[in-house]
Amino acid sequence: MLSFVAQRVAKGVIVLLAIVVLNFFLIRLAPGDPAIVMAGEAGASDQVFVKQLREKFGLDKPLPEQLFIYVKGIATLDLGFSFRQQAPVAKLIAERLPATLLLTMSAFAISLALGVLFGTFAARFAGTLLDTGITIFALIFYAMPIFWVALMGILLFSVTVDWLPSFGYETVGANLTGLAHAVDVAKHLIMPAITLGLFFMATYTRMTRASMLEVKRLDFVKTARAKGLSDSVIQRRHVLRNALLPVVTLAGVHAGTLIGGAVITETVFAWPGIGRLMYDALLQRDYNLLLGVFVTCSVMVLIFNLITDLVYRLVDPRIEFAA
Amino acid sequence: MMTAPPAVSIKNLRIALPKGAERPFAVDGVSLDLRPGKIVCVVGESGSGKSMCAHALMGLLPDTVSVTSGEIQFEGRDLLKLDDDGWRDLRGRRLAMIFQEPMTALNPLMRIGDQMAEMFEAHGLLTPRERRAKALSLAREVGLPDPERIVRAYPHQLSGGQRQRAMIAMALALEPAVLVADEPTTALDVTTQAQILKLIRNLQRNRNMAVMFITHDFGVVADIADQVVVLRHGKVVEEGPAATVFNGPQHDYTKALLAAVPSMHPPPRAPLDDQAKAVEVIGLDKTYVTSGGWFREDRRVDAARAVNFNILKGETLGLVGESGSGKSSVARLVMRLIEADRGTVRIGDTDLTQLSGKALRTERHRIQMIFQDPFASLNPRRKIGHIIADGPIAAGLDPKDAFDRARDLLKMVGLDAGALDRYPHEFSGGQRQRIGIARALALEPEIIVADEAVSALDVSVQAQVLKLLEDLKSRLGLSMLFITHDLRVAAQICDRIAVMQRGAIVELKPTAQLFAAPEHAYTRELLAAVPGQKERAPAA
Repeated sequence: MLSFVAQRVAKGVIVLLAIVVLNFFLIRLAPGDPAIVMAGEAGASDQVFVKQLREKFGLDKPLPEQLFIYVKGIATLDLGFSFRQQAPVAKLIAERLPATLLLTMSAFAISLALGVLFGTFAARFAGTLLDTGITIFALIFYAMPIFWVALMGILLFSVTVDWLPSFGYETVGANLTGLAHAVDVAKHLIMPAITLGLFFMATYTRMTRASMLEVKRLDFVKTARAKGLSDSVIQRRHVLRNALLPVVTLAGVHAGTLIGGAVITETVFAWPGIGRLMYDALLQRDYNLLLGVFVTCSVMVLIFNLITDLVYRLVDPRIEFAA
Repeated sequence: MMTAPPAVSIKNLRIALPKGAERPFAVDGVSLDLRPGKIVCVVGESGSGKSMCAHALMGLLPDTVSVTSGEIQFEGRDLLKLDDDGWRDLRGRRLAMIFQEPMTALNPLMRIGDQMAEMFEAHGLLTPRERRAKALSLAREVGLPDPERIVRAYPHQLSGGQRQRAMIAMALALEPAVLVADEPTTALDVTTQAQILKLIRNLQRNRNMAVMFITHDFGVVADIADQVVVLRHGKVVEEGPAATVFNGPQHDYTKALLAAVPSMHPPPRAPLDDQAKAVEVIGLDKTYVTSGGWFREDRRVDAARAVNFNILKGETLGLVGESGSGKSSVARLVMRLIEADRGTVRIGDTDLTQLSGKALRTERHRIQMIFQDPFASLNPRRKIGHIIADGPIAAGLDPKDAFDRARDLLKMVGLDAGALDRYPHEFSGGQRQRIGIARALALEPEIIVADEAVSALDVSVQAQVLKLLEDLKSRLGLSMLFITHDLRVAAQICDRIAVMQRGAIVELKPTAQLFAAPEHAYTRELLAAVPGQKERAPAA
């Protein structure tokens, strides 16, 4: 298993390198020159100032050299300097990453737990009104745009009944510590996490339902019945465990992409995470920051893929630790 | 001798099929008794309702069918009147079942030992530690090698025979009074089948169990049955002691079924020595390598090791062996569907292994294949006409002529020309196999490769398709490479037989000679394992 992880990490580094190179050139290909944008905003667009800016940030060097410097930096966890925010990119990301991880992982847990639960019920009562009800419920949240669900949530829970805060990560200026702080953050977290979670829940519900109905027809379920096992044991031990395999695959794909995919939720709820950082960097043509966010997201995707593979091998003994 | 009272008595059982099925009742008024210490074989072709009887006895009928009348008496009560809890209590403890496909009948995510222990758990018996100990002793009792390792293994780590032994161990864990075995050896190789049959026989005698043994294979019936019940379209057409049914079948259907079982005695065949070679295979090697990655050794399986043979014009060469022996790989190599590592395949004077691209494609029509599974080998979304005509059209024939030829071919294989506009699902297994044959013939090949072409068919259908193949072969002057695991079939259709083991041909001889005087130990083992040789001998 160790050699498997080592292999995967080695391959991950290669993939990461390819992503960095690709993103690096993609961003440079886009029209617009950051030096000119910055000079313009500083109110001095003369050639000399622009040239100075270019030299200062290394933008005058040939592209391959810029790339080399950048890749070398990444190896030492130096993602460069954000011209716009006047701070190291790594620092900016490090500040935002925990909030994003908290939001996305909570949403992920909610979507997976509810999805599997609802899917199991839908499969157990397939063809009944309950099944239809669950399906409609799940599809409503899948079909509705996230920002709209978010706005309706704010309207209902913040404005009308005033149970939950409408934006932010914590109450500004409250300077809470310890448990009180945790409760405060949790209160802020509930709505964005559920909003994001409900969207992904639908896929897990449908997947679990379909997969369970599929597994139910297999021979070993008949064997289990022939043993005289009770229905609940059969469902849990034989049907659900086998039915979860495709769900694990799907969840792995989602987990990675969720990191970069929470832009809308983070924006609506003013959640100080990576998604909003990326959005701002994009508008401001902040190359280094944008690249830094991309690299971070890529690393996350790779890490979650590795975790998925490990989990998959754990739950399915048929897959050996080979390449 | 006094006959013991029946352990199970099925009386006038009637199981209704859903509306729109081809007949109203899957099982129509079946009565039969299972006695302690006796094996009752329920025989019939697919769709005869034999499996439904077995499932009814276990209370495991699918939701789509329903019992409309009858009773199943067991230990003083009618099983059909049981509620869910009543069934759960009996299943596993008093009534146990083993299934056809041991791979799918075991949960792939659970260790073998845990699945055995579940049997006790289901009925609240023993402590977890005792259950594990019991699983181990059961594994030992059914003759699993290295039981300590096996109980901790997962199903995919066992061979087919080992998996079936594990299933049997599980079924016998609580010493049930009745064992229901639904085609338990159909998915196994002959040598493994012989071992499993012996195991069931021994265990059943030692424990004085009543066994209901479902099978379509008369050879197996002859080896194992005390009592035989022949089912057809859900009705019992004949029943009686095994010897009586075999030696003096009363009903025409039983007679026809028995007659359709291919004999182990090869019919005399005209020598073909003066014919030219249609296929020449020289030194074929093929090794499958599963890449192990950076830190792990590759896994190698030899599918073909120095395989040499010729097929003469008009000759049928049989390729027999157990699963994994490389038969199908050799067929694919000969057709060049996969690339050989070394070796030459000549079709007439053309070296097929040297061709590529268009040259290869134009030669491909000379050698065509018929597949095992008549369901999977026809595209379900394409009409029969297209399925047959696609090849010739691709080869440049005018579509109108191609469809005319398809019509003629359908007639030749005994189907109505109206089949052209229908879809595969509208045909039975035997009819589909005929379509498969028509498709292979559409390209006017010189050689037909038949890969287990009759293995999925019922005996009576199998006999018809074999006859058709024989007939077409002589009419069209074809040569045939006939791959089968069934030595009875091989005896009837092959001029010569090559026996394969682990990728190598261990013996190649004219059929009569191979059956009369097998030289290689493996050939002898294979021949001895063919079921139904003992009891049938005096009747023949």
